[in-house]
Amino acid sequence: MQNRVEMDMDERKFAFLTRMGDSALILSQQLCKLCGKGPALEEDMALANVALDLIGQARLWLQHAAEVQGAGGDEDRLAFLRDVHQFRNFLLVEQPNGSYADTLMRQFFFDTWHYFRLQALSQSTDARIAEIAQKSIKEVTYHVRRTGDLIVRLGDGTEESHARVQAAANELWMYTGEMFEADQVELGEAAACGVAPASGLRQPWLDHVAQVFAEATLTMPSPDAWMQKGGLQGRHTEQLGYILAEMQFLQRAYPAAQW
Amino acid sequence: MNAAAELDIGPDQVWGWLAEVSDPEIPVISVVDLGIVREVTVGAAGPASCTVTITPTYSGCPAMEVIAQDIDSALRRHGLLQVTIETRLAPAWTTDWMSAAGREKLKGYGIAPPAQQVVDISGILRRSRAEPAVACPNCGSARTRLVSQFGSTACKALYRCDDCLEPFDYFKCH
Repeated sequence: MQNRVEMDMDERKFAFLTRMGDSALILSQQLCKLCGKGPALEEDMALANVALDLIGQARLWLQHAAEVQGAGGDEDRLAFLRDVHQFRNFLLVEQPNGSYADTLMRQFFFDTWHYFRLQALSQSTDARIAEIAQKSIKEVTYHVRRTGDLIVRLGDGTEESHARVQAAANELWMYTGEMFEADQVELGEAAACGVAPASGLRQPWLDHVAQVFAEATLTMPSPDAWMQKGGLQGRHTEQLGYILAEMQFLQRAYPAAQW
Repeated sequence: MNAAAELDIGPDQVWGWLAEVSDPEIPVISVVDLGIVREVTVGAAGPASCTVTITPTYSGCPAMEVIAQDIDSALRRHGLLQVTIETRLAPAWTTDWMSAAGREKLKGYGIAPPAQQVVDISGILRRSRAEPAVACPNCGSARTRLVSQFGSTACKALYRCDDCLEPFDYFKCH
């Protein structure tokens, strides 16, 4: 792998954009499964609202990715006709909804990363990336505030809720490392956009998580713990196959079906 | 067709027609009140042609496609033959672009209008205790509380009034 020929610029941008789009898309799909099944009406609506924001953002990123790819495709082709190994989402977002503590902790970890990521990309010298980020961060600000509040409420809640969110944090922690991975695609594209690579988001992310965990009386797992990786290179957990099977069923069974 | 082509249509007239196109989810306000129409140009592709540039409120808002269709059919009804709807992302839509009349109409409809002029909402990672009070659109009381940051649509939060005890929607700052 070390000797691989350098990616050309479009290939690199495409990879970068699908990373942004795929995490939003897969997380949105996961949240959609909870529509009508939230633990309370307000939470049900919040989940659907967040899912809607994420699908809108995924669409913007993947639309741009399809244009960069230049193969005459569009965001729908990318969403519905790629297979597992072609997806570039974080392993974190494909983890199962589990209990509500799992759903919320996954969201809190992602929202916090997403917020700092979009804040950085809002300053991008690539105008298109900057405008998608500037649009998205307004929505994500509400996401990150909600999940921070809820983690505090549950962590500092009952014995049961505390135990559950703590277990969820411990379980999901190993999937947080790759959000800050700075490989060739990340370093190259961040430099091209004039922004700091994702590795630079790690400290602000840790600081915010530590602050919320302290208020929630939760113990933050060690930042130096061993981390799972692979999502950004298309090596996924088995979960993604099941998610795509459901998400892509219609287009696979009835190719080119139109809404 | 010829009659339409002979119409002397200016941008002001088109803005006037757009002010009659209502938001599909909040029918009391128009797309102009909402601040999503950013630009209108007339005549670039022929005498009865028009380009309307709109900006999405929320990136996943399902009403945007309906709004584009409604604008298209409204302008055609008024005699325009070629209507192009363009979408512009930047600068991102903000509730500051909502008209004063639009805010009043929201209130009359039972939705509390955005409480503050937005400078930059994205600076706040945690909900602040110093957020401005949202007045109840039913009884006017300032003793209200947030129930959920996310209401019946992406653009609204759910509140409850501590005086009249009615729940209500709040069009949140964006």
